[in-house]
Amino acid sequence: MIEISEIKIQSVRDDFPILSRTIYGKPLVYFDNAATTQKPNAVIDAISNYYRNDNANVHRGVHYLSQYATGAFEEVRKRIADFIHAGTPNEIIFTRGATEAINLVAWSYCETFLHAGDEIIVSALDHHSNIVPWQAACERKGAQLKVIPVTPEGELDLEVLNSLLNSRTKMLAISHISNTLGTINPVADIVAMAHAKGVPVFIDGAQGLSHGPVNVQETDCDFYAFSAHKMYGPMGIGGLYGKTVWLEKMQPYQLGGEMIDKVTFAKTTFNEIPYKFEAGTPNVADVMGFGAAISYLETIGWDFIITRENDLLQYATARLSEIEGIKIIGTSPQKAAIISFLIEGIHFFDAGTILDHMGIAVRTGNHCTQPLMEVLGISGTLRASMAFYNTRQEIDKLVDGIHRVKTLFA
Amino acid sequence: MTINETVDQIIKEFNLFDDWMDKYNYLIEMGRSVPLIDETQKTDSNLIVGCQSRVWLSSEYKDGIIYFTADSDAVITKGIAYLLIRVFSGHTPTEIVGAETTFLDMIGLKEHLSPTRSNGLLSMVKQIKLYALAYQVKEKNS
Repeated sequence: MIEISEIKIQSVRDDFPILSRTIYGKPLVYFDNAATTQKPNAVIDAISNYYRNDNANVHRGVHYLSQYATGAFEEVRKRIADFIHAGTPNEIIFTRGATEAINLVAWSYCETFLHAGDEIIVSALDHHSNIVPWQAACERKGAQLKVIPVTPEGELDLEVLNSLLNSRTKMLAISHISNTLGTINPVADIVAMAHAKGVPVFIDGAQGLSHGPVNVQETDCDFYAFSAHKMYGPMGIGGLYGKTVWLEKMQPYQLGGEMIDKVTFAKTTFNEIPYKFEAGTPNVADVMGFGAAISYLETIGWDFIITRENDLLQYATARLSEIEGIKIIGTSPQKAAIISFLIEGIHFFDAGTILDHMGIAVRTGNHCTQPLMEVLGISGTLRASMAFYNTRQEIDKLVDGIHRVKTLFA
Repeated sequence: MTINETVDQIIKEFNLFDDWMDKYNYLIEMGRSVPLIDETQKTDSNLIVGCQSRVWLSSEYKDGIIYFTADSDAVITKGIAYLLIRVFSGHTPTEIVGAETTFLDMIGLKEHLSPTRSNGLLSMVKQIKLYALAYQVKEKNS
């Protein structure tokens, strides 16, 4: 474990201009990082610089700016490939985010490989975005959706998963980290289990890529989806990693633009991967911002991020547990810095509203995981999701805020 | 009291509070003390779907006047429901259809009007207006 000084933490906080603003006259305490993380100056500047100096459409021009933009755009693809250890940059497809990446595979893969009577496995722990596209694919193809149950601790029941895997299973779709409970799923073990039965695995990495290193080749997953805005990058950009062997066999998802090879009215042929899946003019400016976010994460380093987030998780868990009537939902020993909790006798909406007035941003509700809420027998939670720029002092403020909420609603 | 007179009264009450905490305290007190709805009216068809808290709104039409009752599982939402009932209940469909709803903004509860809040308040106001419109049409046709 590395030692981190207060000065270092403050200097990292200074990279994020929004962290010094006030809400209702009080310093912002931002604990909604699982919804979206804040953006460092490096990312904001990269987007602004692109529009100020480098803007041109990619892949289409002989002129200087177009070629420069194309080079910079493809450089980010390569950096993402290196960041998650993909085999080649061609295995990285730019999308609007993780949700679009899931929809892309749920359509394109299922169009080719899913047939009536087949099965797709999803989990009760997952975000709606990693359930509904698969459910729709099953309905379209006459296939069946199977569900991995969740234990009371908030972990996937792997024994049941093992019994669900069979020769009819055409895809196993799970998340890397639960957005609601913070549970880190043992994805490498799960991939090994699935592959032993010949089943490909799709991982929703929306929460996965910001908390620790990801190596898609070591994990051996078939697909991995991610969103830049949950990893300190801009909104509206993200991507899909897919193994070449799948991507080449899959149908294009949307048509037109750079994804076309040759068009006649008799027949159109499509470009190679990754372009086959990138219809229309891409979001180049935000790709530049995404590249800057990855550089930023590399500069900060995983050692710093993991040490900070583990400290915050442990400190917050301990301090919240001291409060009478607090129940933490999701108690897996393998957890990211996301804590869902309930305050006995107080509706999460009431608590969240009062905390907001103290400048504390937490999320309340079902966190787009209604099936999980049903399993847990609750209608929602309060969720504090932390990032490396948060501090113990901010957790103290949350704890004080909860005491105030308790007094108010007592 | 007319709708506008009740609104003026509520604005006056809220102007007494300098601190947001006192304002919420007042809402919480109202949300707590007032029996708002008959348990048998807490049906799925009276449920206003909001992502954060559950809100039930029921209406009764008697002698040209609409009476509203409501409840919520969140106390602040229940307090806001109480304010809405105080303003709109006991008036004719025409009065309710024509009424302004900007008073929530004026008493400093603007943040509850944002659609992203999903606390059902916007839906509550919409539903109150819809009930009034429906009774108005029914009256004209009878």
